[in-house]
Amino acid sequence: MAEVTLDGVRKLFGSVTAVEDFTLSIGNGEFVVFVGPSGCGKSTTLRMLAGLEDVSSGSISIDGRAVNNIHPKDRDIAMVFQNYALYPHLNVYDNMSFGLRAKRLPRSEIESRTHDAAEILGLGDLLKRRPGELSGGQKQRVAMGRAIVRQPKVFLFDEPLSNLDAKLRHKMRAEMKLLHQRVQTTTVYVTHDQVEAMTLADRIVIMNEGRIEQVGTPDEVYKQPASQFVASFIGSPAMNFATGMISNSSRQTILETHSGVDIGLASSHVVQGRQVHLGFRPEHMQLADVAKPPKGHISISGDITVVEPMGHETVLTCDGGFGEIVGKYEGDKHFRPGESVYFHIRTDRLHYFDLETGIRI
Amino acid sequence: MIDVNATMARLERARPGTVILWTLLFLGGVVMITPIVFMAATSFKTGQEVYELSIIPDKPTLANYVFILQESKFMRWMLNSLWVATFSTASVLFFDSLVGYTLAKFDFRGRHIVFIAILSTLMIPTEMLIIPWYMMSRSFGWIDTYWGIAFPGLMTGFGTFLMRQFFMSLPDELIEAARIDGWSEFAIWWRIAMPLVIPALSALAIFHFLGNWTAFIWPLIVTNDPDIYTIPVGIASFNGEFQMDWEIVMTASCLATLPTLLVFLLLQKFIIRGIMLAGLKG
Repeated sequence: MAEVTLDGVRKLFGSVTAVEDFTLSIGNGEFVVFVGPSGCGKSTTLRMLAGLEDVSSGSISIDGRAVNNIHPKDRDIAMVFQNYALYPHLNVYDNMSFGLRAKRLPRSEIESRTHDAAEILGLGDLLKRRPGELSGGQKQRVAMGRAIVRQPKVFLFDEPLSNLDAKLRHKMRAEMKLLHQRVQTTTVYVTHDQVEAMTLADRIVIMNEGRIEQVGTPDEVYKQPASQFVASFIGSPAMNFATGMISNSSRQTILETHSGVDIGLASSHVVQGRQVHLGFRPEHMQLADVAKPPKGHISISGDITVVEPMGHETVLTCDGGFGEIVGKYEGDKHFRPGESVYFHIRTDRLHYFDLETGIRI
Repeated sequence: MIDVNATMARLERARPGTVILWTLLFLGGVVMITPIVFMAATSFKTGQEVYELSIIPDKPTLANYVFILQESKFMRWMLNSLWVATFSTASVLFFDSLVGYTLAKFDFRGRHIVFIAILSTLMIPTEMLIIPWYMMSRSFGWIDTYWGIAFPGLMTGFGTFLMRQFFMSLPDELIEAARIDGWSEFAIWWRIAMPLVIPALSALAIFHFLGNWTAFIWPLIVTNDPDIYTIPVGIASFNGEFQMDWEIVMTASCLATLPTLLVFLLLQKFIIRGIMLAGLKG
């Protein structure tokens, strides 16, 4: 286990800035997930941490030791790659023990460590097989096994589940969490999948265009997104937004949307005249029979355009007049495109973001 | 359900093309095999019969073989050829793949210039290089040595190019994983990269070995001592100034072909794959 610190880390590829001013401290045994869209710099940051990319400026330290100029093999890390990077000509046992042989450990220790890891990951029967004879999930386990036999200070995972189908991904996610609870090794995990980030992380680092947008627990980034980007990235389906100006009309605070539709807000902590994005999550929208909202709620109406029955819930995509809104409904009622519906949303579930900066108000 | 009529119609249409194809293949086969058959036939003929075009000799004899194996230095030349070709092939496999790997997997300033410089050596014909090689050999005292015969082929532009292309197709993550696993760059090349390009190595080995086995001009120039001759030079030495003992030349050629035939039979699969992979030589 180790603490990892990145201080003002920057990465340039020619004139392109891939990572800008990345500062983060990762605690002992913590599971930190870097999440963001493709090209946001998350994998580059992980690769700098691994020593596979040079750092343009700033410093990285592991357990208090600056590692900027330290070779990957001397950083005491283990990495699991997106495509597993298993050596195709070696069997599972040799793949897993390859790193231990490089360290010239005694044969007995190599054997016991490899068999222990195989035991943990349920690979005992597959040790003689080559990667070509394994399924995606098995390959994934071998890649993890190769990391854990090394007993490194830090685990680095680069989108390790993205090549698996949805069902297997869910299973492996749970296994990964279980593994972390068991070995308690500091882990940095990169993904573009916000569900993976939410379910696995102790803390999530949300990145956009090379910069950190927010660092927080899954609960914090979900409930208190620091920016409109974070709000739109975390949550599925994504948060709905109405864009307009806060103003007063007949003793009520309203959002005058840019498309001309007014949304009554009852009250708001945002000053009048400010241009904002008003955000609300699909899961916080309650379907209602009447337009008038109860106290402490706002009301939004829309015409259904798409109905997506999911079994346990129905996702309704509607035209809200100010833009597209997506709501969730858990019930037995059936809907048809073209129907008008009302949603009530608690005012404390509303999020305000500055129109220009996107920062939470 | 299979449409019988359609299948028949397709066969009817394909037939003329197939017939032409098989005829061309047959003619090609005849063109290829006739000299070999004629060579084998001549090796069993006596001197008087050599200029007769018969395939089956009137008085078949093994005298030519006895002469070659007992009274010439043929076995010595075989060993010379074997040694030079093996040594040169081993060197090419080692150095070409090492340089190819470096050019494919390491990002360093001037990488492309080095690659283009190596590629440009492919455009210089051997005949142009022979004089500088000879001058070098004379200066270093390499005339009439195995080293002298082998040194121009210890590294090749073609092999470097071929290996670079193969190493480029290896995922970088494999190399990076091994780097994190703690292996040195040389160990990664040897333990990870090399086993994954065995088809390319086989192709390169076969081409280079056969090329060396049949090399003639340079070994002829750099050797004067019959003890150092390679097979092709040795065979050529049977030609006298005023007289050509074709039956002896053909017999020696038959014997010289045997190892290559053996290599082909053993490594047929690799040779065909190699030709497909390299797409350049055959």
